[in-house]
Amino acid sequence: MTLSASVPGERGSMTGPAPEPATSVIGVRGLVKRYGPVEAVRGIDLDVHRGEVFGFLGPNGAGKSTTISILCTLLRASSGTAHVAGFDVQRDPAAVRARIGLVFQDPSLDDQLTARENLEFHALIYNVPRAVRRQRINEVLEMVGLGDRASSLVRTFSGGMKRRLEIARGILHDPRILFLDEPTQGLDPQTRSRIWEHLQELRRRLGVTIFMTTHYMDEAEYCDRIAIIDHGRIVAQGTSDQLKQMVGGDVVSVITADDVRAMAEIERALDVSPVLQDGSLRMEVADGAAFVPRLIGAVSAPVRSVTVRRPSLDDVFLKLTGRAIRDEDADPLQAMRAMGARWAGRRR
Amino acid sequence: MIVAEPEAAPTAASGVVGVGTRSATLRAVYMIWYRDVLKYWRDRVRLIASLAQPLLFLLVFGLGLSSSLRGAGGGFGGTGGSGSLNYVQFVFPGVVAMAVLFTAIFSAMSIVWDREFGFLKEILVAPVDRSAVAVGKALGGATQAMLQGCVMLVFAPLVGVHLTLLSVVELVPLLFVLAFALSSLGVAVASRMRSMQGFQVVMNFMLLPIFFLSGALFPLSGLPGWMTVLTRLDPVAYGVAPLRHAVLGGAGVPAAVAARVGDVSLFGRTVPTPLEVVMLLLFGVAALAVAIRGFRIPD
Ligand SMILES: Nc1ncnc2c1ncn2[C@@H]1O[C@H](COP(=O)(O)OP(=O)(O)OP(=O)(O)O)[C@@H](O)[C@H]1O
Ligand SMILES: [Mg+2]
Repeated sequence: MTLSASVPGERGSMTGPAPEPATSVIGVRGLVKRYGPVEAVRGIDLDVHRGEVFGFLGPNGAGKSTTISILCTLLRASSGTAHVAGFDVQRDPAAVRARIGLVFQDPSLDDQLTARENLEFHALIYNVPRAVRRQRINEVLEMVGLGDRASSLVRTFSGGMKRRLEIARGILHDPRILFLDEPTQGLDPQTRSRIWEHLQELRRRLGVTIFMTTHYMDEAEYCDRIAIIDHGRIVAQGTSDQLKQMVGGDVVSVITADDVRAMAEIERALDVSPVLQDGSLRMEVADGAAFVPRLIGAVSAPVRSVTVRRPSLDDVFLKLTGRAIRDEDADPLQAMRAMGARWAGRRR
Repeated sequence: MIVAEPEAAPTAASGVVGVGTRSATLRAVYMIWYRDVLKYWRDRVRLIASLAQPLLFLLVFGLGLSSSLRGAGGGFGGTGGSGSLNYVQFVFPGVVAMAVLFTAIFSAMSIVWDREFGFLKEILVAPVDRSAVAVGKALGGATQAMLQGCVMLVFAPLVGVHLTLLSVVELVPLLFVLAFALSSLGVAVASRMRSMQGFQVVMNFMLLPIFFLSGALFPLSGLPGWMTVLTRLDPVAYGVAPLRHAVLGGAGVPAAVAARVGDVSLFGRTVPTPLEVVMLLLFGVAALAVAIRGFRIPD
């Protein structure tokens, strides 16, 4: 086995003709998970198609990891069903496990071993045949750009290198579906885009279906389709363009000398309702270019700047939930406190 | 719509066969065992540091106590003259058992560590039975503890304990049996623990009583009634006795003397070595069963 290109479904030869391309490889219906009084997942439905990159987006504590754990048979659902690669996750966990690779949100490498040893152990439990093991390990190491560090102890790796090694391990046994829980969390932008290149290449060359979570909205642009989850519910699902159409038209932001007065003037004269956010007034309009001259005419205070842009997924999230997805790069401690507060809030 | 047909299982050529089968689980056992032994071997500092405590006991109790006993008049074990027993010879197998005990229990601590730092998850999501974790860890810990016991044997001549080749051949399998029983015990406790602190508290609570009541430091005959009961409930007692039997036999101590200070009696009868071995093995298997159940509990 080499990493040469293979048509998705080619391996279907064992069960007959290649399945239709649009077959869903992950199907979830009415999935619920309760941790005592906390309802982490509140009845979600999902369909992921063969060979696509599916993005599962949501803020901290939305229920992303919980969903992944259920799909990967690590956790039992409270109710609802989930099929992965054609098998029920509750009834046939061994069959599911054999067909998936998983990159956990938290690190799970043995850092007292070398990169190669970590992969060798993985190959051993997944029974990658001895004859191809070495070559296969070299291939995945090359693929994530760690070929020259194979014999270094993982302890000496940077965060990004560890993450790439975990991805290499996740694909080592040639899974049909790769689950990645926040593969780029806490990494710098270059490393993030590098990991994305690797994932795209995986999909292109091997036809692997990729299911990944993130709370970086900009990363969703790499996904074929996206589901947005908030407080355990799916609030939107579709391609990035489809989701952006929900916002409608363009997003215009304006900074003026007197935002409060400007807000009232805009509302009165132009029949839109701006929101004040981060010191600028933000509004959604059908045609941004045509709107700007009217905007400037309507506002009496000096205008400092005007920007017109296509809506981003952040705008979609804001529209759907009334909140921004996250405080930009909130530090982990803060995130934990926020999670704790939410927890306490729900229990009350 | 949910899924038309199952994805074909990846074929041998593509990497995965025999998933969830016994052979996959056996491979996982091997992998977990091998990882433990590799790390033990690689971490020389820990290997040497963990010899420090038994060596200290050997020096203090063996050489120190033994010369003060001699100064106070008379050997140990009653009979004077040639072939009599000194305390170093008596305590040496006890200290070897101590090395085995501590290594076995502390190697089980790595399970809690692995759980905390994620490596265990990688095994728990693999298509293998979770019992592989318990069995692999128990065997890995047993191997380490046995090796540690064997290293202790090297110190015998230095403290004046004479070992013959035959007694060494006898000792090594006995060490393994004891190591297996204790390692399984450690894994059984660790399988229920979610934090390092919890494991340490439980172990600190158990470890020293197990050691002191095992007969490692004093003969198990002529003790107060309640203490006699406790010593007979201590699995390590059934490991120390055969070790002592082999050591004293090799050192040329008269069988009657060796039996008087070394043997464990149950219900008025001396427990023979083969029975002690069987009891340890049964204890190990029972602990392993508890450990396997512990890993089947979902997180
Ligand atoms: N073991 C658990 N016991 C109790 N509550 C839990 C447990 N695991 C998760 N939760 C709760 O379930 C909710 C969803 O958690 P989950 O980890 O799935 O979120 P997430 O979307 O992955 O968040 P993040 O982006 O922070 O990783 C949270 O409110 C969390 O507090
Ligand atoms: Mg998560």
